[in-house]
Amino acid sequence: MIRTGKLATAGLTALAIALAVGVASAKDKVKVGFIGPLTGGVSVNGIGGRNSADLAVRLRNADAKAKYTYELVVLDDECKPNVAVQVATKMAADKDIIAAATHYCSSTAIATVDTYHKFGFPVIVWGAVLPDITYRNKYAEVHRVNGTMINQNDVNAELISKLGFKTVAVIHDTTDYGKGHNKYFSEALARIGKAKIVGTFGVTADQQDFAAELTKIKALNPDVIYFGGLTPIGVRIRSQMDKLGIKAVFDATSGIVSDAYIQGLGPLAEGTLAFREGAPTDKLPGGKFFMEKYNAQKYDNPPEAYGAFAFAAMSMILDSIEKVGPDRNKVIADLANVKNRPSIVGNITFDDHGQNTVAVITKYVVQDGKFTEWDESEYASGKRKLPGQK
Amino acid sequence: MDLGLFAQYVMNGLMLGMMYALVAVGFTLFFGVLDVIKFSHGDVLTVGAFTALATFAGLNVLGLKSQWFDLAIMLVLATLAMALLGMLIARYLVMPLRSAPPLNTLLITLMLGTVLRESVRLFYPQGANPKPFPALLPRSSIDLGEFNLRLDNVLMLAAGVAVIVGLQYLLNRTKLGLAIRAVAQDEETARTMGINFTAIVLVTFAIGSGLAAFAGVMDGLYYNEVNFGIGLYLGVVGFSAAIIGGLGSIYGAILGGFLFAGLQTVGTVMLPFASAYKDVFAFAVVIAIMAWRPTGLIREKISERV
Repeated sequence: MIRTGKLATAGLTALAIALAVGVASAKDKVKVGFIGPLTGGVSVNGIGGRNSADLAVRLRNADAKAKYTYELVVLDDECKPNVAVQVATKMAADKDIIAAATHYCSSTAIATVDTYHKFGFPVIVWGAVLPDITYRNKYAEVHRVNGTMINQNDVNAELISKLGFKTVAVIHDTTDYGKGHNKYFSEALARIGKAKIVGTFGVTADQQDFAAELTKIKALNPDVIYFGGLTPIGVRIRSQMDKLGIKAVFDATSGIVSDAYIQGLGPLAEGTLAFREGAPTDKLPGGKFFMEKYNAQKYDNPPEAYGAFAFAAMSMILDSIEKVGPDRNKVIADLANVKNRPSIVGNITFDDHGQNTVAVITKYVVQDGKFTEWDESEYASGKRKLPGQK
Repeated sequence: MDLGLFAQYVMNGLMLGMMYALVAVGFTLFFGVLDVIKFSHGDVLTVGAFTALATFAGLNVLGLKSQWFDLAIMLVLATLAMALLGMLIARYLVMPLRSAPPLNTLLITLMLGTVLRESVRLFYPQGANPKPFPALLPRSSIDLGEFNLRLDNVLMLAAGVAVIVGLQYLLNRTKLGLAIRAVAQDEETARTMGINFTAIVLVTFAIGSGLAAFAGVMDGLYYNEVNFGIGLYLGVVGFSAAIIGGLGSIYGAILGGFLFAGLQTVGTVMLPFASAYKDVFAFAVVIAIMAWRPTGLIREKISERV
């Protein structure tokens, strides 16, 4: 009897609490979505993004002024285009879900834009960098808070021009990724008009020997060798430059920003330039606030590089729903007019393709075996000099 | 063209050609004795290069830091280990399939190549990343205008020539070489003359695989970087070189190796539309040569297919 009594008491208490909570949040429930790679090779980034989006929802639910209670629906795209299309269809077909923050991988983001367009489902991409995701079509449903390789190459070309370099030789791999880098970098450099490209060399993504290309480049004697591609051949090109006695600045992209690049080259990595979308979280305008809140939730994983962007994307979706109500078309209409909207990654302005135009790009230079932010490096302060730097 | 620049291209081509030739010689040796194509040859080269790298790491732990001594130990260990691996492959994968269609051998070695490559990637510490290979040769160089003549390149070329000359001597001037040639020419007759067929096949595979290890170490020293995929490409090129030279002919393989390197260099230098197509160009020429001379540039002295 005593036992039952205790149980009954516990049950009643629970019921009372539930009722109290129910009363406290007598708000309509609204579902929002998140898609990212939660399993597989890049899952750390996906899970960091998921946690960050979840944080945005929790903070909003804790906010007494919010008009709705939000529920986050999370799906895994495994960084595979075919899986991504399935989960995107599943989410977009669920009319209860109003909008979503989607995709870390470029391959999955580009594969799903048509699906979102077909279902009229508003999404904000939180991590993928391929320009085509926003620029191939003009879909009102698709937006992006992070930058693209266009922004990255603009910043790259600006820095090269500012440092007074006059001639650039371009090496790029012949995948879409490398060709994209070549295109946007060449365009940006031509627009600024201070430095010119003396030669462009396409190479295969698994090439081993670059002696012939580099010998040709040596004869052109450029100030800078720009490289659009990934770490493995970046390491080879940089090391073979040294063998041929080429002293040009090695100017690369986000594709080589990894520990493997530095481990593969040792001291030769010194002075390599690289650029990446986004910024270390603590350098973002709202980075400190974000990290405090994130740590308070005691997630198992850190937010990783793009977590803050997932948080910004989700916060933006929630803001829109608060403003115009849980209606997909109204949310799309609201997101079409985003100008200087404050967020933790800085003010966001969408252009007519839904692309954030004031994207954060971080400049890096390798200094003493580390990717150091350019503005804090001894190269920027003039203590050390890149080859040929004035 | 500037003379210095021309010299630089020639040097680049020679280094590349030497590596291709060493791999091609292996293909041609295996084909000579057993009439098989062993597609895992390139990946044996990778394993050889990584064996040398692991040896270097081991020597470092032991505190031995003498360049020449390190290099010698690395070369000896890598060569011996790959010779052993080559014998094991011959004994347990290639020879048991002798009576099966040749396609089976080709497939099984192709698969073995994948196993070797993936094993390096998965089991070598951080094997998926490019690995720095120590520069153990003197790094001094002479700048002659556009031509940067490096002592280490000269030493490697000389070593490559020495190995090839040594192999020639072994095949043409020793009893072992005589036995290998006898087996290559006619297995049955060789057996009746009292030649231990199995032993000769194993020794030939050991020599070919040892050469691959040598080429792997050379590749590492030349690029100062190795990765799990180097053998795949070198295998394809080495195989093509052996084919255009004439499978079964040592001189043909060497000629084929240098020819292929030359084609790639010419492709990069002469073609106006950038270097992306240099492999397309080189392989297209290889196809043309094969159409012109199906048995290769240098034919086997005695053709087996009468």
